[in-house]
Amino acid sequence: MATDAFQLKGSLFTLTVLQLHQADMDSLTHQLDRLVQQAPKFFQHTPVVIDLQAVQQVNGAIDFAQLADQLRQRGMIPVGVRNGSTAQQQAAIAAKFAILNATTSKAESHPGDTAVESSVTSMPNKPSLMIHKPIRSGQQVYAQGGDLIVTAPVSQGAELLADGNIHIYAALRGRALAGIQGDSQARIFCQHLAAELVSIAGHYMVNEALQQVSYNKPHQIYLAADKLLISPLG
Amino acid sequence: MSEIIVVTSGKGGVGKTTTSAAIAAGLAKQGHKTVVIDFDVGLRNLDIVMGCERRVVYDFVNIIHGEAALSQTLIKDKREPNLFILPASQTRDKEALTLDGVGRVLEELKQQFSYIICDSPAGIETGALMAMYYADRAIVVTNPEVSSVRDSDRILGILASKTRRAEQGETPISEHLLLTRYSLERVATGEMLSVQDVQEILAVPLLGVIPESKAVLRASNTGTPVIFDETSDAGQAYSDAVERLLGKDKPHRFIGEKKKGLFRRLFDRSKEEQLA
Ligand SMILES: Nc1ncnc2c1ncn2[C@@H]1O[C@H](COP(=O)(O)OP(=O)(O)OP(=O)(O)O)[C@@H](O)[C@H]1O
Ligand SMILES: [Mg+2]
Repeated sequence: MATDAFQLKGSLFTLTVLQLHQADMDSLTHQLDRLVQQAPKFFQHTPVVIDLQAVQQVNGAIDFAQLADQLRQRGMIPVGVRNGSTAQQQAAIAAKFAILNATTSKAESHPGDTAVESSVTSMPNKPSLMIHKPIRSGQQVYAQGGDLIVTAPVSQGAELLADGNIHIYAALRGRALAGIQGDSQARIFCQHLAAELVSIAGHYMVNEALQQVSYNKPHQIYLAADKLLISPLG
Repeated sequence: MSEIIVVTSGKGGVGKTTTSAAIAAGLAKQGHKTVVIDFDVGLRNLDIVMGCERRVVYDFVNIIHGEAALSQTLIKDKREPNLFILPASQTRDKEALTLDGVGRVLEELKQQFSYIICDSPAGIETGALMAMYYADRAIVVTNPEVSSVRDSDRILGILASKTRRAEQGETPISEHLLLTRYSLERVATGEMLSVQDVQEILAVPLLGVIPESKAVLRASNTGTPVIFDETSDAGQAYSDAVERLLGKDKPHRFIGEKKKGLFRRLFDRSKEEQLA
């Protein structure tokens, strides 16, 4: 008997969801560029799902082929859409997108679905990633699903990424992006703040604004009412 | 036991070749059989700094390609019996080096030498990667200016990720910072970074500080490693660095710690008393 060439299995994945707020392609590409510039490597080969909930009622068709093209140009891999209107979903299929289950609106969801959704979106409790060596210019560290703890200096031109919090018990001279999957509760803590860029859940602040704080005091950076705040510790 | 030490920097013209020649000569003077290899294929100048350019017959690339034996290619220094030079090719380009080939030559050199010093070309491409790949230690040569410090930082990142020790998960390469062309006047005017500034940014142990010195140009014009000029400031600074490399604890000179004033001394004393 010949052995099977393959077997199909069901599996759950955490995917990056791009929630579309408006159908305007120019402002979309603009924001994409800024995002990719902040964390160039993070978006390389990242599968992305487009959530259409907020643009369901928008007049005029979304050009899905162009959307996919723009995402690909920036290294992302568009895989599917969800929460679109019937017309939008058909347009998306025509542009070779997959349709994912609409699970966020209660009315449509089946009891089983909600359970799946919450297990996917809640942060898996991964141990923190700990680094005891300096992180140099050109290097990037990503703590997926958890916190990042660094006990050595982070150089200008280095980049820290975490789904959770970032703690630096030394000088931060490079970039630190916490809560990159959207966790607005995430914070950045550092001993010396001389960062090029800090960001929490996509809200970011660059050099000039950061220059105001005193280097020799430990600081924390967090989000309050969608505003990025920096305050001294202790 | 033999050790491979790469002298590297990222940025060009900061003093790698000057340093490779001085450190190799210094180790040889201390009685260790030492060879210094020019990895700057196509732009060789170690032979000139070492004063043996007229004696080059075969080169590093010839050995890698099996066109010459190691014994025919090594040049024995005329001043120091423990010192040998392996020159680079002037005519080939850097692609003539292969990781396998370099590895084979280094293995053969390990049989005969206690220290193998690799003079890296500038940049972060093939030649520089070849020079650092098999290293046990790295001397990162840095000038006290922002662009040089940034490049050194980049090189330190590459040392920690792209070398054999990193790839095989062995103990990492041990890193040493050598600050060269240090000018106290220009540090005082704020034109240059201070030792403390550079150390704080790079967070690597300091092997030495080599002052900006006329002796260096004089030495390279006569094809003599500056460490042989024992009365010169740069020569002495390199001698200290060699001793530190061999594990001796030597206080740093030429970093401008003038005699402490009375107030400073009293202050230090009271600190020590508190600690005691
Ligand atoms: N301490 C010093 N004081 C004064 N001049 C110096 C000093 N160190 C190096 N130099 C000078 O700087 C120049 C560059 O030095 P060297 O060739 O050693 O640098 P390098 O890093 O090997 O350069 P490359 O990247 O081109 O290989 C030379 O002219 C040398 O004489
Ligand atoms: Mg050189």
